This record gives sequence, structure tokens and C-alpha cells, in this order.
Amino acid sequence: MSGTDFDIIVVGGGPGGYVAALRAAQLGLSAAVVEARHLGGICLNWGCIPTKALLRASEINHLLHDLGTYGFSAEKVAFDFPKIIARSRAVSKQLSTGVAHLLKKAKVPVFEGFGKLDGVASGKRKVLVTSEKGQPVTLTAKHVILATGARARALPGLEADGKLVWSYREALVPDELPRRLLVIGSGAIGSEFASFYRNMGSEVTLVEVAPRILPVEDEEISNLARKAFEKQGMRVLTSAKVGPLRKSDTDVTVAIEVDGKSEDFTVDRVISAVGIVGNIENIGLEGTKIKTDRTHVVTDALCQTGEPGVYAIGDLAGAPWLAHKASHEAVMCVDAIAGKPVHPIEITKIPGCTYCRPQVASVGYTEARAKEAGYKVRVGRFPLRANGKALAMGEPDGLVKTVFDASTGELLGAHMIGAEVTEMIQGYVIARTGELTEAELAETIFPHPTISESMHEAVLAAYDGALHF
Amino acid sequence: MAIEVLMPALSPTMTEGTLARWVKAEGEKVAIGDVIAEIETDKATMEVEAVEEGILGRTLVPEGTQGIAVNTPIAILVAEGEAVPEAGAVKPSKPAASAPATQTTASSGAAPTAQTTSASLPATGTRIIASPLAKRIASQKGLDLSRIKGTGPNGRIVRRDVENATVQGATVTPTAALAGASAPTSRAVPHSSMRKVIARRLSEAKSTIPHFYVSVDVELDALLALRSQLNATSPDEGPEAFKLSVNDMLVKASAIALKRVPNVNASFTDEATLLHDNVDISIAVSIPDGLITPIVKQVNQKSLKEISKETKDLVKRARAGKLKPEEFQGGTFSISNMGMFGVRDFAAIINPPQAAILAIAAGKRQPVVKGNELAIATVMTVTLSVDHRVVDGAMAAEWLSAFRSVVESPLTLVL
Repeated sequence: MSGTDFDIIVVGGGPGGYVAALRAAQLGLSAAVVEARHLGGICLNWGCIPTKALLRASEINHLLHDLGTYGFSAEKVAFDFPKIIARSRAVSKQLSTGVAHLLKKAKVPVFEGFGKLDGVASGKRKVLVTSEKGQPVTLTAKHVILATGARARALPGLEADGKLVWSYREALVPDELPRRLLVIGSGAIGSEFASFYRNMGSEVTLVEVAPRILPVEDEEISNLARKAFEKQGMRVLTSAKVGPLRKSDTDVTVAIEVDGKSEDFTVDRVISAVGIVGNIENIGLEGTKIKTDRTHVVTDALCQTGEPGVYAIGDLAGAPWLAHKASHEAVMCVDAIAGKPVHPIEITKIPGCTYCRPQVASVGYTEARAKEAGYKVRVGRFPLRANGKALAMGEPDGLVKTVFDASTGELLGAHMIGAEVTEMIQGYVIARTGELTEAELAETIFPHPTISESMHEAVLAAYDGALHF
Repeated sequence: MAIEVLMPALSPTMTEGTLARWVKAEGEKVAIGDVIAEIETDKATMEVEAVEEGILGRTLVPEGTQGIAVNTPIAILVAEGEAVPEAGAVKPSKPAASAPATQTTASSGAAPTAQTTSASLPATGTRIIASPLAKRIASQKGLDLSRIKGTGPNGRIVRRDVENATVQGATVTPTAALAGASAPTSRAVPHSSMRKVIARRLSEAKSTIPHFYVSVDVELDALLALRSQLNATSPDEGPEAFKLSVNDMLVKASAIALKRVPNVNASFTDEATLLHDNVDISIAVSIPDGLITPIVKQVNQKSLKEISKETKDLVKRARAGKLKPEEFQGGTFSISNMGMFGVRDFAAIINPPQAAILAIAAGKRQPVVKGNELAIATVMTVTLSVDHRVVDGAMAAEWLSAFRSVVESPLTLVL
């Protein structure tokens, strides 16, 4: 190893890339990471983590305005918005620094710059690293893992301008709280921002082109989320068509059409959250056998691209766009390179969490998709209103729903909305991964009093045995 | 008080069965003696009768579930107005009707899991590591987990392994790995309960019983003439009320031969040879999924007419899968008749614990030498398969001689 020759080069230092490098080091392989901006990628710097810090602030703001419920009173409740943003940035920075330490400890060098496939020399892949700071460097390795991630989709007419129209990036670091906000797109990103700004006090309108918000979730959950949002004073428009943005210096007016009726909305800021696209440009795919589909690199089940020795993981390799999927693929991909036995990832075993208020979490088949797939299902439901801990917490709104295969007892899917559900979904994920049936879940003793008891009850309910509802 | 209905042992050899159909639905009233479900076992579909009255609170296994171990809870009966409790928190009832006493290995834990524990383990006692879901699917599909290779963590058998086994056949490993090899040309048909029993019993019989075979040609003309006469005689019940078959007459002829050479009507045990007083003849009947052997009991004491009527009824119910266990389990001697298929001769496998089985081939008109003349006769070959531990060659020959003499001088049949 000459300092530029490795077993594995990872292009991209996000939750896919840095985990791949750490795993390689763990297995005794030499690895390097090429990262253009910040270690930890979007997740740590501009996604999962800073949004959670903001959402925490908005939850606190909500509680401060709901103190009477718990017997408190306070006067002059106020917040310092820049401090809230600064805290979010500090959390990101701390974690990004942490990743740097982890890589250093694992003796994984980090090359700052853009990495690009640059052909083959004497049986090794070349990766050209270019940076504004210095001379280009060529690295070589037998294996290259592409983990360059994704960015916000820019729909024509809805491109973020950084001033009036934001992508997630600007939405994370606003100078001040917008009074009126329009959020276009109600997936996880759109719903979280809508929830944050609404709970901080903005007037928020959430627009979705699909017939319901959080369209990948189970329909019942979507409907409950919408009700909760509306109860919080958010305006929610579904099956909506967004017209062209008409910008003034300080605000944006847009016509939104629902059921054939068009209405003009004037807002101070717009957040465009209409999906993401893979970063497939300028990474040297041209002239290789690597195929792309729309904006994602096509791989087999073990992340191998059309070019031997080149792999793609995480957002670059397509949906679902989740950090934990990227990290899991990273380990699987490196293990496969190291010749360890691996199993392809199963999408129906990947949980998804949305940290709006109330939180939403799910894994596996929705009821509708299970039926489409031909399953005869048993469905269990348990409302948090019947759960002691949820009531004690003052969080009675929510539902846990389970979907079982009637013939085998397989837990096909689980769908939750309410307080702390993002922390609880892993219980069902373990059940799915461990291939437990309703019988083992029914026999499991859940601690009392916890909100998680409602997970037990939702299993029992699917077999007509819920005890507390 | 809620009561669990357990999987009954509907025959002494039954260890597991398939829940073919729920006759009562959840929420339906059940009286003592009502049929609540149909169970497909070793050889037949049988009905499970309620031994308690109440409401069928919940069914614990779906229709079509295979390999449900005896004494596994299959349903919960509750009293009217009573809430249905979770399975496992319930007192088991006596096993359902007609279940003989069997050892009760109380199934532990929640009822729905219990059937998974019946997944057969290898005799070596090695623990099979498999996910609960894999166990359940294997048991539903009748797959033997010990033959499935696990690909999960530490070789754990997971769902995909069981599903792949279903596709490829748990024991079949496709070999051809040639480039462009064609698609697999075999397909796996999961074993029915009956197929498993046939496989087990016949392997056991053929590998543990020292078989030998003795054949003889028998002329049928006299018997056929007698049959025509008897069938032409209008019986009390009116013309065409019944029609004797050749088989009916051969059953009766076998019974007479067994009375004349009683040592063939026997069973071998380690301690002693059991000589049976009754002549109960099992008749092999082919049914769509295999074969079954309904028994005409005490044939020696029955008239041809009784034998004929009884056989017709048994065969009809055998084909419908409606025989009761005692109607096809037991017997002291078997007959397998393939005359209708035109076979020249064949040898059958003994149906344990019996000592002999008679294989009957087709009767054919052929030249025979009578004195010094050539004549035409209807001749069939019968082959007796015998357990040499019980019956020696000379005795087998003696029995066949007795049988031939009855068939060729058939008036004995109506005496």
C-alpha cells in the first residue's frame, strides 16, 4: 500500500460511505473515503440529525404553550430563533466531528474532494480526486463503492432560489421564522418541516399531489396524521395541483387547484420537498457498463453495478432513501467483498420514521399493499387513547396497527402514529427480521406502563384478543 | 368456562393430521355430538365431534393446516355470552370424540404455536434451528425441516429456505449446472398425510417382513357360471337390487381357505404368533390420492349377499374419504385385486401386522390341457405374499390349494 492504493475506496462519506469504510477496516481491509463536503453526509449535516434538533425545539415550544394541561403556568414564554438554529447546527457539527474521529481511529484516510471513476490500471480501479484546494490525486483499489447520495429534486418552476423558495437546506438555517409558509410535498421531509414550522408558530399550508399526506404510509395512518395536523391549525391540501410561483421581493403567490377549484395563496416562504434525485453526475459513470435508471445507479441485490468491482449503495442506488438502509447496504456490500456470507436487503424489513408531531413509524406491508400482494390478512388496531402511559403523558392521540398473514401468522407490516412511536417500531422490525409469528408476539411480556404495550395489544387485536379495548 | 378443543387421535397410529375443513364457524352454537371440523388423517377424512356444548369461540388453526400434532388445541369453546379468552389460558377439554387414550404431552404455551413443535425432528436428537415462521410454513406444507439447509445467521432455517425447498423439493438438489441449462423439469408435490403413511408403512413392511411369494393358476369358469346364476336369481329385494362381483366371491373363497388353513390367518409378534379366530379381510381400494383398505369383518360368518352389500358400501365411503378408523384399521388378511386392469400377475406387499396378502390378476380365456385334451378355460393367476416368520412354503402352498379348490368347486361359497 503506497498511501494511494487500497482494497476499497468509498466515494462519499455519508451514512453509507463512512460505515462501509469502518466495516472494511474492521475486517482488516484497507479503505479510504473520498468526501467533498462534510463527513456524515446529508444525514448528519443537512438531514436526519439537524431536523431532529429543530423538531425537538418545536415540541418544547408546543409544550410551553400547553403548560396548563399539566398544571403549570408561565408568562412571557418566548424563544430566540437564531439560538434554536445554532443548536441544531452544533449537534450536526458534533456528530460530523465524531465520524472523523471514528475514521481516524480505524486508520481510514479521508481524501477531501470530488471522487470520480477514472478507468482501470493494472487490474485496479482508479479514482480521481479533485478539489479546489490542491492538486488532483489518483487513488487505486480493487473495489470502489459509490455512495454519493442524493439531493433535493428541483421541479421546473419550483426550483429553490435560496431566498423565497427553499430546499431542505435553506429550511434548516433560516434567519427568521416565516410568518406564512407553504410546504410542497408531504413525504417525510415535507411533513417534518411543516410540523416544525407550525409548532414554532408559522401559518403553514401543506400541499400534496397524491390523495393523502405521507402517501407511502398506511392509509389509516395518513388520515390520522392529517387530522392531527389540521387540529394543530395547519392547512392541508391533497390531490392538489400547484401553479407557477409568482414572486415579489418579499413574498410568493401561487394558485393551488383542488377538485377543480383554484385558490391563490400568498406566503412569505415556500419549501419545495418534492422528492430527491441521485447524485450520478461527475462520478465517472460515462463510458462504463454501469447502468442508471432515472437518477439512480442500477445494482444487483448485493449492490454490484454493471462494472465488476464497482458497487453503489444508499440513496445513489435508489429508494428507500433512508440512512439506515445505506448503512446496512454498506456492511452487506463490504462483507460480500470480503467473502462473508450475506443476504440481500429486503425492503419490507426496513423501517421508516417521520418525526412530525405526532410521530409516524412503520415497517413492511400496509394493509392495502398486503392485499394487493395476494395475502389474506388479519388486521389489529389499538388506539393510544386506551393506553395508560399515553394518557399519563398527555399524548392520547395515536394508533398502532398490525397486519398479519392470516395463513402463516407472519407479521407482514406494522404502522404507528403517536408519541414515541419512532423509538418503538424496532420491536416490530425485530419480529419481522426474526420471523416471529403472532404466537411469539402474543407470548412476549411488555412492560407496564409503557406506550409499547399498545404494540402488544395491536397484535392481540389482530387475533381478536385485545384486552384493553 | 372456556374449553380448548384438542386435536384428537382418531386412530392408534395417528400422531398428526390435517385440518381439512371447519364445519362450524366462529360464533356458531355447538351441541354435544355436533361435527365441528373435518380432519384428514392417515387414510381418511374424519369428523371431529364436540364433546362439550357451547359456542365455537375461536378456531386456532386455519383450514388446510397440515401436520397438527395430536392434542394441539385447535379451537376454543365458550359458554354463551362469555368473552373468548386468549389461547393458552384455557383448560383443555377431553380430546374430541372417539379418541382413544394416548399419552398426553401437554402442548405448552399459546395454542397457535403448538403445531409448529410437531415439525419432525431427526431421530438423532439434533436441534433444528429454524425461525418460528419457517417452522410454521414447513409444517403447513408438510416439509421436513431436517432436510432443509438453513441460510440464516448460523445456519438458521428461515422463511426463504422453506419456500425455496417447496419450489425445488426439499430433498431434490438439481444437479445440472451446465451453461444454459433448461428449467428444472421436476416439480415438488407436498406429501399428503396419506402419502406419508403409505410411504412409512410400506417401507417398514417391505424392509422388516421376510416376504416370499407363491403363485398358482386358478380356473374361474365354474365360479363365473355360479355368479351368473346367482345374479339372474331375482332376490327378495327385487331384480338388480344387488349384483355379486367376482371379487365378492373371491373374498368369500379366501375366508373359507383361511378357515381350512388357519395358520395363515395370523400375525407375528416378537413373543408369539397370534392366530386369529375371526377372518377379517382388508380389501385394497385405490382412491385418487393413494389407497385404503376397508375391512369386511367376520367374512366366514357372512353370506355372499352380505359381503357384497357391505363391500359396496365400504368402497363408496372409502372413495369419499368417510371411513371410520376402525373400518380400515386391523384386518387379518388382505386381498389386492388388479384383475380389472388386465394384469397377468403381480406380487403385493404385506399389510402388517397381517401375515399374508393375496394378489389377484386378470382372468383370461386360454388353452388348458384336460386329461389328454386341449380345452379352453378362464384362468387367473393369484400370488400369495407371505410373512416367512409365520408361514412356511408348504403351508402357503396348502392355502393356495384350498383356495383353488373352493374357486373351482364354488358351491362351497353358498353353503
